[in-house]
Amino acid sequence: MIRLIAWKELRGLFGAPSTWLILGALQFILAWAYLGRLDAFLQVQSQLALVANAPGASEAVVPGLFRDTLGVIVMLVTPLFTMRLLAEERRNQTLVLLLSAPISNARIVLGKFAGLIAFLWLLILWCGAMAATLRLGTPMDLGLLLSNTLGMLLLAASYAALGLYISSLTTQPVVAAVAALATLSGLWLIESSAPDGYRLWHALAPTGHFRNFNSGLLDSGDVAYFVLFCAFFLALTIRRLDDSRSYG
Amino acid sequence: MSEAPVTLAAHNLIRRFGPHRAVEGVSLQLRRGEVVGLLGHNGAGKSTTLQMLTGVLLPQSGRVEVCGFDLARQPEEAKACIGFLPETPPLYRDMRVDDYLIFAARLRLMPHEMIPDALAEAARRCGLQDVRRQIIGTLSKGYQQRVGIAQAIVHGPEVIILDEPTVGLDPAQIQDIRALIRELGTKHSVILSTHLLGEVESICDRVEIMHQGRMVYSDSSAGMKQYGNGHMTLEDVFLDITRGAVQTP
Repeated sequence: MIRLIAWKELRGLFGAPSTWLILGALQFILAWAYLGRLDAFLQVQSQLALVANAPGASEAVVPGLFRDTLGVIVMLVTPLFTMRLLAEERRNQTLVLLLSAPISNARIVLGKFAGLIAFLWLLILWCGAMAATLRLGTPMDLGLLLSNTLGMLLLAASYAALGLYISSLTTQPVVAAVAALATLSGLWLIESSAPDGYRLWHALAPTGHFRNFNSGLLDSGDVAYFVLFCAFFLALTIRRLDDSRSYG
Repeated sequence: MSEAPVTLAAHNLIRRFGPHRAVEGVSLQLRRGEVVGLLGHNGAGKSTTLQMLTGVLLPQSGRVEVCGFDLARQPEEAKACIGFLPETPPLYRDMRVDDYLIFAARLRLMPHEMIPDALAEAARRCGLQDVRRQIIGTLSKGYQQRVGIAQAIVHGPEVIILDEPTVGLDPAQIQDIRALIRELGTKHSVILSTHLLGEVESICDRVEIMHQGRMVYSDSSAGMKQYGNGHMTLEDVFLDITRGAVQTP
């Protein structure tokens, strides 16, 4: 049943022309950023050769591409896709179809979540594949690329869980989108503007836990954070659906 | 008729929204092969009652049993026996009719291999053969209503619950839908809410009248015609019953 709901979400997404337009535009931006970084690296490459222990091509391109370009893109587009998940079902009164069907609230929520992250992960894996084309010209630090990709997959999942919860709070998709965007960028701003000493702020925000992945470090603590973050907001969403059965 | 098994039973359902008492102690029983009409003014609690029967809304107290399964304890078994058309048809406007009905059937746990036949049957019954490939959002209101009915019957449920099924249809379509409900009523149990008295007269075996959240009258539709020694029209009977209920709350 989870798969049925997820499949329906995916079909709905790919059935809409706007999805393809957005995907195409994002791919263009990512390619632009990738080539820009590569170009910058090539220009300073001759000088880098004189420096001891200088960064290689992977290190010059991959972390920046994931953190500054893909990270921001995922933060901006996730609310656009999460907003419809439950808010629109409520507004069009189609949620009744799911609530009156033999399927538990947990499965409805997990299905919606699965459908959305499958879509977001596609975008991220695409970006990863593009970065892997570095291998065509130079030996590459694959570990760095893999840890960045894995970190971004987890980051996107946490954004999707938060967005899904916000979408369950309202009947207006636009309100859900704005609220999710405000929350995500608020978390990001807190994390990126906090001085190094304020460890709590770095520990709170998802982007703070992406930093280790970004520098090629796999920390099970960070993975646990993302898993807990998703579980927390998915549980809240399920609670919210339970409430809508109890209070109408 | 009375030997037919009970498919839906509700005991003493209560539902309040804040201080507003939407449903106060409603009990119902539905047998196989029976069509029951739930009648009442606007705001009498019909839709709330139907929502509680389908598990969309939890009753604050009381119990619902569907095909022998308790709706609160075994919700999945119970809900698999129900087909529900809410007041607003729950349609995904960007889906094709066929895809939507397949989704509805699979959501109600219908085995894969049975779906194509069930789909053709539901489309035939609701007169949707010509629009099966169309996007739901492009259909007229009447067709959308029929798609809504089709999703409620596609999985062949024991109990069919229809909230104002003929709203927005033209007279010819109303005739078709009434005939369909009669046909469904021979093998399944149907409960429908309406405020059209003619509908009750033409299709229902039994009438339940709700007023201000309570059941105030229950009889066979033939019995209702006998009310007032047959001198009153159904409108008068209905108004008389609900007016009487106001005076003795």
